[in-house]
Amino acid sequence: MDWGALHTILGGVNKHSTSIGKIWLTVLFIFRIMILVVAAERVWGDEQDDFICNTLQPGCKNVCYDHFFPISHIRLWALQLIFVSTPALLVAMHVAYRRHEKKRQFRKGDQKCEYKDIEEIRRQRFRIEGSLWWTYTSSIFFRLVFEAVFMYAFYFMYDGFRMPRLMKCNAWPCPNTVDCFVSRPTEKTVFTIFMIAVSSICILLNVAELCYLLTKFFLRRSKKGGNAKHHPNHENKEETKQNEMNELISDSCQNTVIGFSS
Amino acid sequence: MTWGFLCDLLSGVNKYSTGIGRIWVAVVLIFRLLVYIVAAENIWKYEHDEFECNIRQPGCENVCFDHFFPVSHIRLWALQLIMVSTSSLLVTFHVVYRENREKRHNQKLYKSPGEIDGGLLCTYLISLVLKAGFEIVFLVLFYKLYNGFQVPHLVICDIRPCPNTVDCYISKPTEKTIFLYFLVASSCLCAVLNVSELSYLVCKCSVQRCLKRNIKKCQ
Repeated sequence: MDWGALHTILGGVNKHSTSIGKIWLTVLFIFRIMILVVAAERVWGDEQDDFICNTLQPGCKNVCYDHFFPISHIRLWALQLIFVSTPALLVAMHVAYRRHEKKRQFRKGDQKCEYKDIEEIRRQRFRIEGSLWWTYTSSIFFRLVFEAVFMYAFYFMYDGFRMPRLMKCNAWPCPNTVDCFVSRPTEKTVFTIFMIAVSSICILLNVAELCYLLTKFFLRRSKKGGNAKHHPNHENKEETKQNEMNELISDSCQNTVIGFSS
Repeated sequence: MTWGFLCDLLSGVNKYSTGIGRIWVAVVLIFRLLVYIVAAENIWKYEHDEFECNIRQPGCENVCFDHFFPVSHIRLWALQLIMVSTSSLLVTFHVVYRENREKRHNQKLYKSPGEIDGGLLCTYLISLVLKAGFEIVFLVLFYKLYNGFQVPHLVICDIRPCPNTVDCYISKPTEKTIFLYFLVASSCLCAVLNVSELSYLVCKCSVQRCLKRNIKKCQ
């Protein structure tokens, strides 16, 4: 079990996401998880070994390190990525539940069921409407909340996003005030700013997706209201054409995203 | 043999679980196993090397570390994950037994070998009790061994060969405490899910039995 397994789990959700959702997933895996694994972990790998305090007093280094780094940047990012990815599982569970219901209908031999076989139900892509819309929107909302909470926690714990070169420590058992030097402060600052920037981009993508879903919801509602008064058949044909176009656009986006990921 | 094996095992168990069971599998895989592998393991990686005592006496650090950490937190965590996950194997074995029985007799003996009814229901309930039991046992063990879930930054040691009383400093105590609390929270969540699933299955079974009795009475 590692980040690759999380990619497999979330990859399934990709099929039922909007285009913005697919872009978000790509940004998450390439610019956050991959950067964390191949680069950031190496930069922070020797953080305690190379954290040096200007004293020979045993225990001073441990205590000062613990005081200035209550939780390492790298662990905080790992937790942030796990929490931000998991709301997508709500959507995966909802889709699995719908598929389970359709399979049950199919097995009962329900005449309303329009599928020819179970494989078709497995392959089917569900549209984001009805209760699935609410689940999807809630998952985006939770993602936003988690991103914001972790960014704030980061800022609060480390007094900004800059890694200082020198820290002054006077925690017991250090005698008086002691200078402690952090390893690779500039490289750590660069990666911290990079991760914060990508987090911000992810927040913007989530906000855009939320606005898109809300706009789509209100437009559909107003069209339904209009349909009831005017020509239902003509409006339905227009909607069907628009839906087909949306499917084509999202399928081509999906192919582009798959190309990126592989 | 790595954690991937446990991952495959849990994914296999998912097929024969109820809805709550599937949520339990997701919580174990993501909030416990994944957090353990990507974050927690690295915190405790150099715990012995970074354990420092205010003394030059050879052997004192080793003896003090061994006294205060008889079994490392991270090893207990791993054992807990393994014991809790493998309890689910009982259900998988029972389903395989059912399928083999059908093959041997060459006829359909069950509505579906994976359907949670009859003997499989008992096995499922036993596995739930075992899972909840292991969660509670390990949490109590953690609490008793380390006097709570907080890691102190300093321990006082006076075991031979340390002369008199010596201060020993633990590395990253705050980070370790945070992750231990995370472990406790996720364990409690899993125990609650197991108990809810147990109650749900027991209620469902009782309701079905009452309905069958009423139908028989009416007939």
